[in-house]
Amino acid sequence: MGRFLLRRFISSIPVIIGILALVFALARMIPGDPCRAALGERATDEICDAYNERYGLNDPIYVQFAIYLGDVATGDLGESFRFGVPVTDLLIQRLPTTIELAAAALFLAVIVGIPLGIVSAYRHNSKTDVATMIGANIGVAMPVFWLGLMLQYVFAVFLRDTPLALPPSGKLDAGLIPVPFYEAWGLPVNGFMEFLSEFTIMNALVTFQWEIFQSAVLHLILPAVALATIPMAIVARMTRSSLLDVLGLDYIRTARAKGLRERLVVLKHGLRNAMLPVVTIIGLSFGLLLGGAILTETIFNLAGVGKTLFDAITSRDYTVVQGFTLVVAISFVIVNLIVDLIYTYLDPRVRVS
Amino acid sequence: MTYEPPHAGDDRTPSDPEDAADQPLDTMAASDAVRDEVRMDLSGGGVSATTAGGLWRTAGREIIRKKSAIIGMALLSVLLILAVFAPIIAPYDPNQVLFDQGVSPRDPPCIHLFGCDEEKSQHILGIDGNGRDYFSRIVYGARVSLLAAFVAVLFAMFWGTIVGLIAGFFGGWADNVLMRIMDVLLSFPSLLLAIAVVTVLGPGLINAILAIAIVTIPQYARIVRSSVLSIREQEYVAADQALGVGRWRLLAHRIFPNTLTPLIVIATLGIATAVLEIASLSFLGLGVQPPTPEWGSMLAAERNQVFTAPHLVFFAGLMIMWNVLGFNLLGDGLRDAIDPRLGR
Repeated sequence: MGRFLLRRFISSIPVIIGILALVFALARMIPGDPCRAALGERATDEICDAYNERYGLNDPIYVQFAIYLGDVATGDLGESFRFGVPVTDLLIQRLPTTIELAAAALFLAVIVGIPLGIVSAYRHNSKTDVATMIGANIGVAMPVFWLGLMLQYVFAVFLRDTPLALPPSGKLDAGLIPVPFYEAWGLPVNGFMEFLSEFTIMNALVTFQWEIFQSAVLHLILPAVALATIPMAIVARMTRSSLLDVLGLDYIRTARAKGLRERLVVLKHGLRNAMLPVVTIIGLSFGLLLGGAILTETIFNLAGVGKTLFDAITSRDYTVVQGFTLVVAISFVIVNLIVDLIYTYLDPRVRVS
Repeated sequence: MTYEPPHAGDDRTPSDPEDAADQPLDTMAASDAVRDEVRMDLSGGGVSATTAGGLWRTAGREIIRKKSAIIGMALLSVLLILAVFAPIIAPYDPNQVLFDQGVSPRDPPCIHLFGCDEEKSQHILGIDGNGRDYFSRIVYGARVSLLAAFVAVLFAMFWGTIVGLIAGFFGGWADNVLMRIMDVLLSFPSLLLAIAVVTVLGPGLINAILAIAIVTIPQYARIVRSSVLSIREQEYVAADQALGVGRWRLLAHRIFPNTLTPLIVIATLGIATAVLEIASLSFLGLGVQPPTPEWGSMLAAERNQVFTAPHLVFFAGLMIMWNVLGFNLLGDGLRDAIDPRLGR
């Protein structure tokens, strides 16, 4: 097991280096002079010479790459032109919103998708099955941004004066300012503490700020539903097809033949083996979630990684684009690694082969 | 209660289409170990060879029986008709501003049949924010959406096939280098990488198509490679080698034709993804630029009006969904027809 993990871990290192190289190359390939992009009107030849010298842009490309690697390793992702703050600080502020959103969406997708898939497989070709699969097909086909806008319309306009009304955008009601837990508890502040306190829901929960907790949860519902739809459909389909496969195997017939209750056969014997591909698909959905987060956050006006990235692209804030792309890609690799670990745990055959 | 045995159908596929199994959209980025396992769990069946003609004839017969394929084809036919006959179907030029004809921005739909005042001109989906007939723009949007997705997939398929063939057939360092590059591309969430590429290339339809294509190359490369690996071990390939058939001839006449089956299935499903991603890029303002009628950018232009003029957002999104659904269903049906083991 240990050796397998180590091998798997080592094999992701070239990928991470590849990601670094690609992000670095993309940033260098952006048309236009970085100095003029950064300074705009103020850029003159002399200022630009000094600028290029200062940021090492006159060095050979491999030196620049080496310096870039060193910077990344020490957590220095450069400074945002637009905000004038280090990219790392921006990440500390914006990453938790996205993680909260993605986690809520993934939770929804799994909690709804797996049971739907099980029912669908068990009542194969029944009305429930057909309805679920039609729903799943439509769910996969829905553009996230469209679904988000439609949800906004339905829940904020159409159902406005009903108890089902939900806030259409933002993270909290206007005027609510959460107290970070480190202030509430009188702890010293550092980057990590700040990062943790940006998880609004968790922060409100541990410091008993109920009004903020409630507001944050209500604001999270619509974006999470919008983001969850595609993964939910994928998980339901995968659970169904995988369980159908497994339920046809000999050992299930044996279990039935020896008189086990059907419920036990399906949920214990069947589901356990059927979950393997589902775990993979859940891990892979993470990429969809991150891509979808860009659209969802833009629509619901959530200041997360996705919206920041998009704003940075439109305002040509390239260090932010570079830093955020890097972090997202690397977290994707890490998630895949974790999925592999779970997989290895669930299926010992992987370790042997 | 009846259960189908998992591998009920006979193994008629000459290659390795498991990748086309239930891995929808662009979710193909698992590590090899996991993927192999998934493949094993899903198929487990052996591989046998039949002639290509037989397979396609069977597939043709099968596909007519598949409900999902028929619905998919029906959905797509509607779009195809809209796209081809756009000038006839659309009552107005998609870019014609109609303010001089007594309309105001974001007029709701006006259909005479449903009791709209006969005095007013008929606009069955209403008027957009710039005073253009929304229905005409929706109709013309079918052209962009279909064409862009098709071109993107064709491009990705072409390069993916080349990479996959080289990696799978020659193996060794070529395989290593190429597939590691593919791994890197796959380690980005596809929309994010597409956005990054468009940032470098600059916004626009062609660049968006290129970006989507580049991002999806690895999917095709992987499928072709895994097909090649299994085909290479087939006896008829060994027989050809024994007869002294040259490498390139082997590649072109024995191996490549047999990789086509899974490739076409994946490509059909890939068009669905491409439709969504091109619409997403356009929605973000990075793809098709106004005034070209494209559903994603039409949606973006009116998205702030969703509370006052929801019809302008609703129909554009519905069309995107229609298109994606069509290709997904067709792809599913095609897969089931070609690979009966997975059909249910």
